Amino acid sequence: MTAFIALLHRDLHVVRRELPSFLLRVVLNPLLFTFIFGFVMPRMGIIQHGYTDMLLPGILGLSMTLSSMQAVSLPLVIDFGWSKEIEDRLLAPISIAGVGLEKIIVGVIQAIIAGIVVMPLAWLLMRVHLHLSLTDVINFVLIALLSSWLFAAFGMVVGTVVAPQQISLVFTVLLAPMIFFGCAYYPWAALHVIPWFQYAVLLNPLVYANEGFRLALTPAMPHMPLPMVYGALIGFSILFTWLGLRKFESRALD
Amino acid sequence: METVITVGDLKKTFTPKARKGIEVKALDGISFEVSRGEFFGLLGPNGAGKTTTIGILTTRVLPSSGVAQIEGIDVARDPVSVKRRIGVVPQVNNLDRSLTAKEILLFHAEYFGVPKNEREQRAQRLLERFELSDRADEKINGFSGGMVQRLKIGRALMHDPAILFLDEPTTGLDPQSRRAMWDLLTELNQKGLTILLTTHYMEEADQLCRRIAIIDHGKLLALDSPAQLKRSVPGGYLIELQIRGGANGTFSEALRSLAGVVEIKAENDQVRIYADRIEGLLANAMRLAGEQNIMVTDAHVSEPSLENLFLHLTGRSLRE
Repeated sequence: MTAFIALLHRDLHVVRRELPSFLLRVVLNPLLFTFIFGFVMPRMGIIQHGYTDMLLPGILGLSMTLSSMQAVSLPLVIDFGWSKEIEDRLLAPISIAGVGLEKIIVGVIQAIIAGIVVMPLAWLLMRVHLHLSLTDVINFVLIALLSSWLFAAFGMVVGTVVAPQQISLVFTVLLAPMIFFGCAYYPWAALHVIPWFQYAVLLNPLVYANEGFRLALTPAMPHMPLPMVYGALIGFSILFTWLGLRKFESRALD
Repeated sequence: METVITVGDLKKTFTPKARKGIEVKALDGISFEVSRGEFFGLLGPNGAGKTTTIGILTTRVLPSSGVAQIEGIDVARDPVSVKRRIGVVPQVNNLDRSLTAKEILLFHAEYFGVPKNEREQRAQRLLERFELSDRADEKINGFSGGMVQRLKIGRALMHDPAILFLDEPTTGLDPQSRRAMWDLLTELNQKGLTILLTTHYMEEADQLCRRIAIIDHGKLLALDSPAQLKRSVPGGYLIELQIRGGANGTFSEALRSLAGVVEIKAENDQVRIYADRIEGLLANAMRLAGEQNIMVTDAHVSEPSLENLFLHLTGRSLRE
């Protein structure tokens, strides 16, 4: 446990030192998006005012999941593929799976920081009226934690499977469709107009994160049923954690 | 003497993850033991299995079969306990690039649960001893090869290990840094630290190690003190003759009859003469060559050395 906490201390020390660039990376994209779709376009009358209610959970979901995924996957790709720096951490008296779990926790913590920064900014810009009950708040916290964990674990799978020279390709080929088909910019329920598409996107774990945030923050809007959201988030989390740690161990050991 | 490293019939075959690759037998049944306080060397060319051996002993590589124990603990079964007892200086620079030199030392000690005051003091002391104090608060990007190497050793010592593993610690260093590294390692060993290092430099193994294991193609070829190993080369002295067109059997036979000659090895256009006396031997060999109209284009005489031993054992030079 000492080693686990010390590793966590090291990672948070580095995050704190690199906080300005981290914040810029995390905040800029959702902020620009919020500004255009949540502020500029509604004023032009191109987008209805109610659209921002739909958008806020999606923006938050994207910021949190993508930052936890990047926080885990990018360093791993560099560590395994090029710098071998991971071997420095593997010298610590802790199991390999312990080192892997610590990486996932750091991803979750970075996602929480991203959420704490993006949430009020997006809210202020879009002026969404949130009336949250206690249940909504509990759902919100649980969904935020589960989604962050899911994508940190997913980041570990990506980070241990992908070679450094493929990373930009993976981000385009994998991440772009995930984002566009992730129900961030439209609610899943509304997809019933294209049934095959509505079912196809269920393969995308990002859908459940965004629908989860929608369910917690704007329960009055159409959203996916609660058991479906939790079931999928937990299921994908277990799958990716298992797969990610297994891959991590096999990359760490020759 | 207490045995702290036990390696018994250790084998490792790398099976490639891609379907097409070929299996590589990196270790083919190696056995040796290292006592507490010993300075032990693994000598061999690149690809001999040195790094694999160190990898297994430091829990980075899983053995295919055989025994590998640190202070009686099986490395594959209880890697975490093994990691507590060892310091590792790998061949590659795997230092934490996000931290400064001093932070690298401090965090490493923290991983091992060294109390705060103690790790501060140790880091200070090691930075001074390794002449890194004035760069302590810099990240390692601009560090020279020698500085990186010293910091890697400093990191390995921060948790006060019982055994230090070094994989090719002086490869890529200039002669001056290499000399300083030798002094440093000798000093650490004199203070009681058990050291196992790998090298493909004979002088390094000869200078530093109390015992040397010579390995090639995953097999142990010889294991003894440097002096004993050198004595085991037949004759000890070696004359290498380069012959235009290659040597014939008659020439080899004639050489064998010369005084002091112990063994003749003829291969392509090279003849190696092992001898226990060197006086007049080269002149006599040249006379024989003259009599048989054999053209010697180059001749080289060397004293008993580990290089000669390696050449004798494998027919190849240690140098690439």
